[in-house]
Formats: sequence, structure tokens, C-alpha cells
Amino acid sequence: MAVPVRRPGATEPWQDPAAEPILKIEGVTKTFGKTYAVDDVSLDIYRREFFSLLGGSGCGKSTLLRILAGFEAPDRGRILIDGQDVTKLPPYERPVNMMFQSYALFPHMSVAQNIAFGLQQDRMPKAEIRDRVAQMLELVRMKDLGQRKPDQLSGGQRQRVALARALAKQPKLLLLDEPLGALDKKLREHTQFELVNIQERVGTTFITVTHDQEEAMTMSSRVAVMEAGRIVQVSTPANLYEYPATRFVAEFIGAVNMLSATVVAQDDDRLVAFCHELGAEVVARHAQPLPVGTDIAIAVRPEKMDVAEEAPVGVAGELNIAVGKVVEIAYLGDVSIYHVQTATGHVLRVQETHAARSADPHYGWGDTLYLVWKPVDGIVLAS
Amino acid sequence: MAHRDPSRPDPAESAWWMLWFQVVTDLFRGIGALGRELRQSRGRWLVLSLPMGWLLVFFLVPFLILLRISLAEPVPDGIPPYAPLAAFNDGVLHLSLSFKHYLQLLGDPLYKDAYANSLGFATVSTLACLLIGYPMAYGIARATPATRMVLLVLVILPFWTSSLLRTYALIGIMKTNGLASQLLMWLGVVDQPVGILHSDIAVVIGIAYNYLPFMVLPLTATLMRLDFTLLEAAADLGAKPLRAFWRITLPLSLPGIVAGSLLVFIPAIGEFVIPDLLGGPGDQTIGHALWTEFFQVRDWPLTAALAISMLLLIVVPMLVFESINAREAKPAADAPGPRGGTP
Repeated sequence: MAVPVRRPGATEPWQDPAAEPILKIEGVTKTFGKTYAVDDVSLDIYRREFFSLLGGSGCGKSTLLRILAGFEAPDRGRILIDGQDVTKLPPYERPVNMMFQSYALFPHMSVAQNIAFGLQQDRMPKAEIRDRVAQMLELVRMKDLGQRKPDQLSGGQRQRVALARALAKQPKLLLLDEPLGALDKKLREHTQFELVNIQERVGTTFITVTHDQEEAMTMSSRVAVMEAGRIVQVSTPANLYEYPATRFVAEFIGAVNMLSATVVAQDDDRLVAFCHELGAEVVARHAQPLPVGTDIAIAVRPEKMDVAEEAPVGVAGELNIAVGKVVEIAYLGDVSIYHVQTATGHVLRVQETHAARSADPHYGWGDTLYLVWKPVDGIVLAS
Repeated sequence: MAHRDPSRPDPAESAWWMLWFQVVTDLFRGIGALGRELRQSRGRWLVLSLPMGWLLVFFLVPFLILLRISLAEPVPDGIPPYAPLAAFNDGVLHLSLSFKHYLQLLGDPLYKDAYANSLGFATVSTLACLLIGYPMAYGIARATPATRMVLLVLVILPFWTSSLLRTYALIGIMKTNGLASQLLMWLGVVDQPVGILHSDIAVVIGIAYNYLPFMVLPLTATLMRLDFTLLEAAADLGAKPLRAFWRITLPLSLPGIVAGSLLVFIPAIGEFVIPDLLGGPGDQTIGHALWTEFFQVRDWPLTAALAISMLLLIVVPMLVFESINAREAKPAADAPGPRGGTP
């Protein structure tokens, strides 16, 4: 998966204890009947961040966004924007704007009127409104389409109008509900970069909700992974991928080989565990002490495994080795993915990059392969 | 007139009243479209021939007969009681068109008053229906589907009783010392019997009560199609509820308002029974004038002229409205709007 690194100069305010968050969510809980849609969520989001709430359907991410916008009132907890408690404020009094998943453009108004709508509510002078609308149309590259009605626009153009309308009031927070959800795949990729670009130019704090992990990884400064109304992990995309905190996060983001194991010994950060799927001991790097006999999971990303046809020698204890036969091959052009079945019947997924040009497959069905990975590449998950 | 969105079939639209509502609206649109359709494919012509034939036989032909009678000289004791338009005598074709009935309508204050009364009653009743019907329709449209069904049935239920019976029932309520008066006295609001029967107010109440469903049903259909997210978007952009209603809900429900108003206004203008039963002696309406001229005076040509004028009174403003509407809608439909694809 491509994880474009943000431009140099992007700071990490969440690392700075002196930084004041622009949005503070304190213990927000929202129930619908007996189900906890949002369950005791606390979160700090900083100025100029591109923050994503990531999770499957029904995880509470959209409800949390609607609470921030003011469409739902939380049962418990507080929301502070720039130090001001907005928990009780109606949507029309919050310094927050939202880009709706359906865009919710007013069908009876032109593009320009749609963008001007929010400014008119603030009783902004007409000349200023005209300038701001022009500026916004310029920003989303829709300069010549201001007089069009929404139903005369393509999906991508509607999306940009929705963005311009939400940004026109220069909100402290811009909430985006599945901003790319209604676009087709090709357009979505293009728009991801454009969205990040616009966000960096206007400097507004963006909070997006998405179920698409690639979208979240591509655009965000930080991602909060949600499951069943709770936040499981908040981190940068790279950190989430390389250091997932739980099984759920490891499996939700990217592909992973999940191995169950029992701790046999631990010496400083060197952890030895018996892996049930492989029927052998594996070594992993883990600093937190775990008592012997603890059941853990070891997650290994497919691209972290090296493939060899011969058993590597003299590496016992230094590297982990699994043996198996190729049962499935997927050729993807840049990489091939092999499914390798071990003697115990467990299937491992391994990825090989095609660094050199060759039309010949490297390995065939039934080949015996040795999969090798370093202890540091095994992610130890206690939960 | 109402512009329906053809891309969004709504299950509620298949209800009989929506069908009826569409027949009325399409009637006026259909006449204009006839010429265009004729030039197009034969298949469409076949499909159209049925409703067009219906319109021809039951609308256009009677209209022409009426027009012809309105231009004839009356023959008080004749059968029929009007003279032929054309006579062929000694090789000369005599064609006599008499416009004196139309001039009489313009000259006699009796008819002008009747038109003014009818227009007044219809306008006020339509406004009353709109003011009462809009909140009702809004509530029905926002209700859960199960509740909505019940509410819609309640709106339609009075139709199951004859309008005449319901109007007589209104007399019982509104007359001096009627049910309303007794209730007010029992509540202590008034200390002697009151009544509003035989007044303009009574006529408006009667018409509004009878035609309210015609306002509520098309309005409900329009409001049900209104995307509630648009109101959230308006609130999000800083519009308080009342402003959001004014800028979003009201303009987007305009087709329903127009349709409902026409459905109430048009029959209300020709209404004869309700003003006769509930109105005062001065409340001469076109409907009443038609009845008197036809059954009592037996002046068919004058009656026909009255009817034609009433038709013009309704149709001409509507055609103007329709043509403005069509001109506004046209550039939108013709614009080369790229759909999908372009980033």
C-alpha cells in the first residue's frame, strides 16, 4: 500500500505538551436505545491537522461527527472548540462546518448561491460575499461554473462545490463525512491528493470520517481507529501500520499474517513464544514484560517476509523461518502475492516485490518455500 | 406548474389521488405538447391518442358547442332556445355572431359582482387551505411510514361522505344557537347565542373545509420528497430553523403549493352549492348566476358566455404561468451539463 508521507515541515503538535488542541472531546457517550453508538470517547485534535475517524459501518464514527456538528446531543461528556464549550450549542451557532456525504447541495440554488448561503446567514456585506465566493470557486477550480445548478454538474464537481460551501465561512473545524465515498475509484485517488492540497493551503483543521483505510492513510496526519463506539488507537498512518495496538487494528489496516502463540521466555526485549500454527518457536522484539504462558498474537506483514527456496543456514534464533508449499499465486504487476501452506495446514500470505524485470514467475504452485522474517518485524499483540 | 422529478419514482405517487392530480396538471400541459408529439414517433402518438381522444370528446367538443351557443341569439320559447349561427337564404350565406352576451357580462354589475365574489371566495379559501394544510402536510411527511398511512387515511376519510351532507352538517354547527354557539356559551366565552351562518366567513369555512384534502395531498407528496439533509446543511451553515424553512423548505415545496392551490382554487371558483347554502343573500357567485340564467331565465347563450368567461378567467393566467415556467426550465435542460467522469 502506498503511504505518501506528508510534506516536510508538517509538525506533530500532538507530541508537543505545550500545544493547545483546537478540539477537545472529553468522555463523550451517546446511546441509541441500548446500544452505545459512541462510548466514552476522548480525543484532542490540533490546529491544521487532517484527522480521520476510521472504522467499519456502525462503529460510531459518523455519530461522533454528527455530535461535533451539533446534529446529535451527547448523553455525557463535553466538546470544546478553541477552549469554548459547544456541547449545548445548536448547529447554527457552532464555528464548525460540515461537508455531507450526499453533499446536500441546495438544488434550487446555483453553485455561487450555494457557496454564498452560509455567508448570508452571517449578514456579511454583499461585496464581500461576492469576493469570497469568487475566491472559493477559484480554490476548487470551478471559476466558470458559478451559475450552474447542482444537477448540471458531474459528481466530482458537486463534491468540490460542497467543499467550497463548507469552507466559505472559514470554520475552525471542517467535518467531512465520507468525502470521497460517492466518487468512482479513479476520481477518488486524484481527489485525495487535491483535498490534502486544499487543506494545506487554507490551513483549516479537517476531520474526516471514512471506512476506507487507504483513504485515511493517504490523507491524514493522524487516524483514530474506532470499533464498537470506542477509539482503539490514535496515531499517524505509518505508526498504525507498523505498530498496531490491537489485533483489530492490525487486521483492519493492511494485510497481515496473524499467528497465535504462547510466551515461553522473555529476556529484555527478546521474546520467545511457541507458535501454534507453525508448531515451532518464534522470536519477536517486545519490550513490555509478559509472563510465561501468556497467550499472545504475533502479526507479520506479508511484505516483511523474505522468500527463499533453500533453508537459510546458521540463523537459528536470529531469524524466524516457516516452511510451506505454494497453494495460491496472485500476480499484481508490481508485486506477487503467494499463499504458502505450512505442514500444520495454516496458510501464510507473503508478498514479493518484482524489483527486476522478468515475465517468468519466480515460484510455481507446489514449490516449497522458506519464509524468513526478523524478530523486529513480528508485532506482538497481547490483546 | 409543478415540475415533477421523473428520475425519482415515489411509491406514494401511485396512490389514486396523485394520479388524479397528475391528470389535472397534465391536461393543461398535454394540450401544449400535442403539436410537438404529433411530429414525433408514431408509437408515442398511439399511446397519446387515448387521453387525447378523451380530451377531445369530453373537453374540446363541449367547449366548442358552448362557444357556439354563447355567440347565438336567444330564442326564449324555442327548442333549443337559441338561433342557428348560419342561415342559407336565396343563395346567400348569412353568418350572425352575436357578442352582445359578452358585452352584457361586462356591462351589468350583477355579473361583475358575481365574478368578484367567486374570485374572492376562491382566493381566501385557497389561502386558508394553504395555511391550514401546509403544517398538516409537513407533519404527515415527517411522520413514520406507519403513522403517515393513518394520517393520510384520516385526511381522505371525509371524502367517503357526500360533500352536500357535510355542508349541511356545517349549517348545524354554524347557525345561530348551533353547536358552535352552544359550545361557546357552555365555555362562557359568549353569553347569548351567536352564529356566523349566511356570511362570507361561513362560505370560506365551508369551501376550505371541503377542499382541504386537495391541498394537503399534493403538499404531502412534495414534502415527502424533500431531503432532510438539506435542512441539516442549512443549519450547519448558520441558518436558524425559521430561516432554513424560508430559504430551503418553502422554495422546494413550491411545486406542491402551486399544485395544491390550483386544485383548490379552480373548483372553488365554480363552487355553487356551498355559497348557496352557507352564504348570505348578497353572496352572488358565478356558479349561482349560471344556475339562475340556465334554469330560471333559460337564456342559454348568456349562460354559455358566463361559462366561457369563467374558463378564460382560470385558463389564461394558468397558461401564462405555465409558459413562464417552461421558459425558466428550458435553459437548464438544454445546458451541456457533463454528468459523471470529469474530475
